[in-house]
Amino acid sequence: MSDPILSIRGLRKSYASGTEALKAVDLDIERGEIFALLGPNGAGKTTLINIVCGTVTPSGGTVLVDGKDWLRNYREARTRIGLVPQELTMDVFEPLISTVSFSRELFGRAPDRGKIERILRDLSLWDKRNQILKDLSGGMKRRVMIAKALAHEPDILFLDEPTAGVDVELRRDMWKLVRRLREDGTTIILTTHYIEEAEEMADRVGVINKGELILVEEKHALMEKLGRKVLHLHLAEPLSAVPPALAEWGPKLSDEGNTLVYEFDAKAERTGIPSLLSAMRDAGIAFKDLDTKQSSLEDIFVGLIHEQRDEQGSAAQ
Amino acid sequence: MNWRGIWAIYKFEMHRFRRTLWTGLAVPVITTSLYFIVFGAAIGSRMSEINGIDYGSFIVPGLMMLSLFTESIFNASFGIHMPRFTGTIYEILSAPLSAFETVLGYVGAAASKAMIVALVILATANLFVDVRVEHPLLMLMYLLLVAVTFCLFGFIVGIWAKGFEQLQVIPLLIVTPLTFLGGAFYSIDMLGEPWRSLTLFNPVVYLINGFRWTFFGTADVPVAISLAATFGFLLACLAGIGWIFRTGYRLKQ
Repeated sequence: MSDPILSIRGLRKSYASGTEALKAVDLDIERGEIFALLGPNGAGKTTLINIVCGTVTPSGGTVLVDGKDWLRNYREARTRIGLVPQELTMDVFEPLISTVSFSRELFGRAPDRGKIERILRDLSLWDKRNQILKDLSGGMKRRVMIAKALAHEPDILFLDEPTAGVDVELRRDMWKLVRRLREDGTTIILTTHYIEEAEEMADRVGVINKGELILVEEKHALMEKLGRKVLHLHLAEPLSAVPPALAEWGPKLSDEGNTLVYEFDAKAERTGIPSLLSAMRDAGIAFKDLDTKQSSLEDIFVGLIHEQRDEQGSAAQ
Repeated sequence: MNWRGIWAIYKFEMHRFRRTLWTGLAVPVITTSLYFIVFGAAIGSRMSEINGIDYGSFIVPGLMMLSLFTESIFNASFGIHMPRFTGTIYEILSAPLSAFETVLGYVGAAASKAMIVALVILATANLFVDVRVEHPLLMLMYLLLVAVTFCLFGFIVGIWAKGFEQLQVIPLLIVTPLTFLGGAFYSIDMLGEPWRSLTLFNPVVYLINGFRWTFFGTADVPVAISLAATFGFLLACLAGIGWIFRTGYRLKQ
């Protein structure tokens, strides 16, 4: 990876209560990409974002924003970063346009009605510009939060659960908006616990659990993993080894040779299942039963964590 | 310096004040009038002059200080407590603003409001009694100094408070009693011992007397000590705020 726009090294956060919200996270964000941070509730997604944005103090580690330390050069770093937090927090008695203009000036930018108008139009909020925030619907409030974050024209945008509690149509709009922002050159980091959301939008996906970043991958590679299914063939007679006739599919034996396990890509045009079954018939291998299982996101989390523990265990020995 | 950011906070806070302008101004006008009806007309006519000053005029600096204290603490504590309460503080914390700039925005607005109220009280008092101000410029500077000090204190209260009722605790339980006992409505020379000596431990005595000196050129305690006490309190509040931002106390986890 060359010249990342965000470079996070050894970022840690432990609270006074002793909970470790983040355990030495390393992460690079590429210029202009959409990065999805995926993980269950309480995994540390929001903590990570808030530390980078300056609303939570880290216990250790550094962040480089375009190569510069984000605390030492906090003015430049923060001017370049926009944050859309998870909760809809706003000054509910303010008119929409004033709250967005306030955000722009707070970040040190000169008032610019044209720019504000463009942002509000892009978010279909222009018609509501003089309304008091408390009178807006939930979906509109969500967009107001985005407008506030965009008001100072950041080139790195953090979206913390942008589609939590948002209906399907609005979710599609949000996805469209994020893509449009990326086309304008904005780097986007979003958190979600919906796998479809990461699939729909992200270039790369990071999986975080219990404060640890357990995987960072190109979306396609991860989707392949997620799209994998496993076929279990319960054999009539146990086998001592995989017969050469089946070597082509690379199945494995388990359960003391009673079960033949074949992993396949459920999304591929050819899964290889029919050909495997016919090869088995030709080889005279009978089976009593069969089942297929898809690995869910949950399974992947669990699998990844186990893998990680095993690695740590063997490294310790 | 992010002057635009400071100005944005200042404008926002002053806007809140404008929205409640009429109640914000009617309260000090009515309260002052009540004080003058009771202390000025009903009681004041039976009081002798204090240090050669008519009693009605004598209480004007004390009245202004009393309002200045409570308004400063209330405005500043409410101003910073509100975004903490609603969660909008995230935006302030993620903005390219230093601690000093953030405080300047909030404290500047709160102090402006408190000073406006104090000056409205002065104008109202002028309707009832003849107020002469010997050192008008020093009076304004002293007003500013005390307003800023108490706004800084209010800012600390607003960050310390866990709920809205705690915002009221400090002004009601500490500042108002200290002000009433600190010679807002009497000269401490009128007290017998040991009360007179005990009163000298009340810091508010020095603030009120320093301010009274700018009006009449005389006070119960030397003006230099008043100034020193005011600056001492100012520095203590600045140190407190410095500590808050360094540690993130109740601002950042």
